[in-house]
Amino acid sequence: MQNILIIGATSAIAEATARLYAADGANLYLMARNEDRLKIIAADLKIRGAASVATAGFEANDLDSHQNLIERAHKSLGSFDIVLIAHGTLGIQKVAESDIEETIRELQTNAMSTIALMTRLANMMEKQRQGTLAIISSVAGDRGRPSNYVYGTAKAAVTTFCEGLRARLCKSNVHLLTIKPGMVDSPMTAGMELPGILLAKPEQVAKAIVTAIKKKTDVLYTPWFWRFIMLGIIHMPTSVFKKLSL
Amino acid sequence: MNMQGWGRYPVIDAEVHTPGTKEDIQALFDTTAVGMTPRGLGRSYGDSALGDHILSTKRLNHFLEFDATTGLLHCEAGISLSEILTLFVPKGWFLPVTPGTQFVTVGGAIASDVHGKNHHVAGCFCDHVEHLDILLDPERIIRCSPYQHPDLFHATCGGMGLTGMIIAAAIRLKPIQSAFIDQTTFKARNLEESLNLFEIHAAAPYSVAWIDCITGGPSLGRSLLMTGDHATKGSLIPGKNARIGLPLDMPSILLNRYSILAFNTLYYHRIRKVSVQSHVHYEPFFYPLDSINDWNRMYGKNGFTQYQFVVPKDAGRKAMPVILKTIVDAGKGSFLAVMKAFGKQNNNLLSFPIEGYTLALDFKIEPELFPLLDRLDAMVHDHGGRVYLTKDSRMSPSTFRSGYKTWTRFQELRMNYSALGRFRSHQSTRLGLE
Ligand SMILES: Cc1cc2nc3c(=O)[nH]c(=O)nc-3n(C[C@H](O)[C@H](O)[C@H](O)COP(=O)(O)OP(=O)(O)OC[C@H]3O[C@@H](n4cnc5c(N)ncnc54)[C@H](O)[C@@H]3O)c2cc1C
Ligand SMILES: NC(=O)c1ccc[n+]([C@@H]2O[C@H](COP(=O)([O-])OP(=O)(O)OC[C@H]3O[C@@H](n4cnc5c(N)ncnc54)[C@H](OP(=O)(O)O)[C@@H]3O)[C@@H](O)[C@H]2O)c1
Repeated sequence: MQNILIIGATSAIAEATARLYAADGANLYLMARNEDRLKIIAADLKIRGAASVATAGFEANDLDSHQNLIERAHKSLGSFDIVLIAHGTLGIQKVAESDIEETIRELQTNAMSTIALMTRLANMMEKQRQGTLAIISSVAGDRGRPSNYVYGTAKAAVTTFCEGLRARLCKSNVHLLTIKPGMVDSPMTAGMELPGILLAKPEQVAKAIVTAIKKKTDVLYTPWFWRFIMLGIIHMPTSVFKKLSL
Repeated sequence: MNMQGWGRYPVIDAEVHTPGTKEDIQALFDTTAVGMTPRGLGRSYGDSALGDHILSTKRLNHFLEFDATTGLLHCEAGISLSEILTLFVPKGWFLPVTPGTQFVTVGGAIASDVHGKNHHVAGCFCDHVEHLDILLDPERIIRCSPYQHPDLFHATCGGMGLTGMIIAAAIRLKPIQSAFIDQTTFKARNLEESLNLFEIHAAAPYSVAWIDCITGGPSLGRSLLMTGDHATKGSLIPGKNARIGLPLDMPSILLNRYSILAFNTLYYHRIRKVSVQSHVHYEPFFYPLDSINDWNRMYGKNGFTQYQFVVPKDAGRKAMPVILKTIVDAGKGSFLAVMKAFGKQNNNLLSFPIEGYTLALDFKIEPELFPLLDRLDAMVHDHGGRVYLTKDSRMSPSTFRSGYKTWTRFQELRMNYSALGRFRSHQSTRLGLE
């Protein structure tokens, strides 16, 4: 039976992933800021087969609270076989362009809080000498694009941090997975006009995450074709790229 | 975005909202004044789940509580019957009533008060609903049942989403020992024999007939009647949900008279003996069409409609031959023609089933179709029958009113609970149910 901590557990992608582990009979520990919704999710996961489900309130930007929260989770589960970090916000780029506070807030929620969590979790997992740390970054971090470069910057920081941390944790037998979803049909993208064929379902992304954790994949592009889309975008000469409005 | 029902007719431009919590729905009330349409998995055929502002229950998909001793399941309205089966069949529980597809939501099953092959003994879906929670407006989420707010309960069950948004419900599952069904298929050579078979097998837990809607003359109304019951042997494995897709819109020419004729003849002659017994998994027994993804595209780009009517039992022997003959003579009969004998009517104001005989068949949308369906409406009306709302995309307000005499009480109730105008659909507007 796997012991799994999910941070940002009310996220659509996280919930879909939790359902797969619940069906497998896992022990789940869920953290999220909306505790009413978290309660509903916990009851659902229990009925879907989770051996146990515990919950705790969590505010990503209250960095000082993290250590205590993680320790309680570790005590409750006994060990961390898998930790998934999923919280995030997709702010409005246009607003951030004229509002520094918004920019800082986006960086804070999407980069700083995640990096702070990873730092603390890494030390605990290093001692365990086992387990997987799975972090949801984004294809948006692969190259800054005019439509969302503030969010992209935060995700780039997370991706780079993961890269270094992976090489460190590898030596203590801890696996680190960087998850880079493309466009996913979740509340984060609700109301946006996105091309239907590129839009993945959270369930589809969740399946890919579970497989990647099992196979100890380093970097997951999901759905898979985003690896090739991003390859094209990364290798586009700047002289061309800057003229596009991607 | 463009939205449509299962029949892919009509298509309308709608704004789709996918609230995740009651709070989200309540926030929508502040921005949306023109009326909202709840929507589940869009398996209703016509325009019942269409409107300018659609409230999808996609994210209201949580199980809330399950009592393993009584089988009482409390869940949110967006949970699908397929999810319930996948999780609970292995634990020895089955749906008390199921329609011919498992890809419908609990909310949709309640709003249409759906029936299954066991209507004659088990009634409708809502006869197994212990209670439901309905959201009327930001201040009011009301729990109703046959004992609490019974007026609201009986209007909401079968009320096509016009009384409010169902948020959650408690349903009584029924115990089974096996995921398999012991099925017997009987052959009937004409309509008379078909109707007799229903009477002979009135005690069978499940029964339905596939009826030939192409062949007339002495063989008019020939059919295969399938009866079944949950087996006591066999494992409790849930369905495979293994599905194949239809690649493109199939040209509607494929559905011409001859291909249908070939299909029906083949189907009928497959059975050589008078009755054949088999042991089949519940999926092919209840959901034969679910194995083909998007089979609704088979009727081509213009879409199709399913015409389902019921006539009262005492009128049945007179009505069925004339109506069926009209269908056969028109030569537009479908692939799917399902006949069933309904049991007693329940107390829900707009529930479709009344004691009698029902027939459901698909028609490809084409201009000549509408006059034919109007003629059928008139015949159904003359025999005291009615047409099923969840399949309808074209009946007139007067056909609706003559079939559902309690519609005035339904409207009064909507007024009393301030649902008039707040919850509406393309269909309700078309039927004059503002
Ligand atoms: C292949 C096939 C076989 C079928 N067989 C049968 C059968 O044997 N017997 C039968 O009775 N029906 C049958 N149906 C019809 C189907 O069961 C009903 O149309 C059912 O209501 C569809 O559920 P849905 O979740 O897709 O709802 P939708 O089609 O999305 O909505 C249907 C109606 O329910 C309302 N609604 C949906 N969710 C809510 C909610 N949460 N609160 C309030 N209102 C809501 C909508 O406003 C709309 O009026 C069949 C359909 C298909 C495609
Ligand atoms: N959707 C996409 O297209 C897409 C693409 C690439 C990457 N991603 C990444 O995937 C992850 C999951 O997103 P999703 O698509 O599942 O969207 P989602 O359902 O909107 O999930 C976002 C989650 O983050 C939580 N959250 C936001 N700010 C928080 C804070 N300050 N403290 C605590 N929790 C906070 C939200 O909590 P509340 O519910 O309380 O608001 C919500 O649970 C995110 O990291 C996102 O950046 C998404």
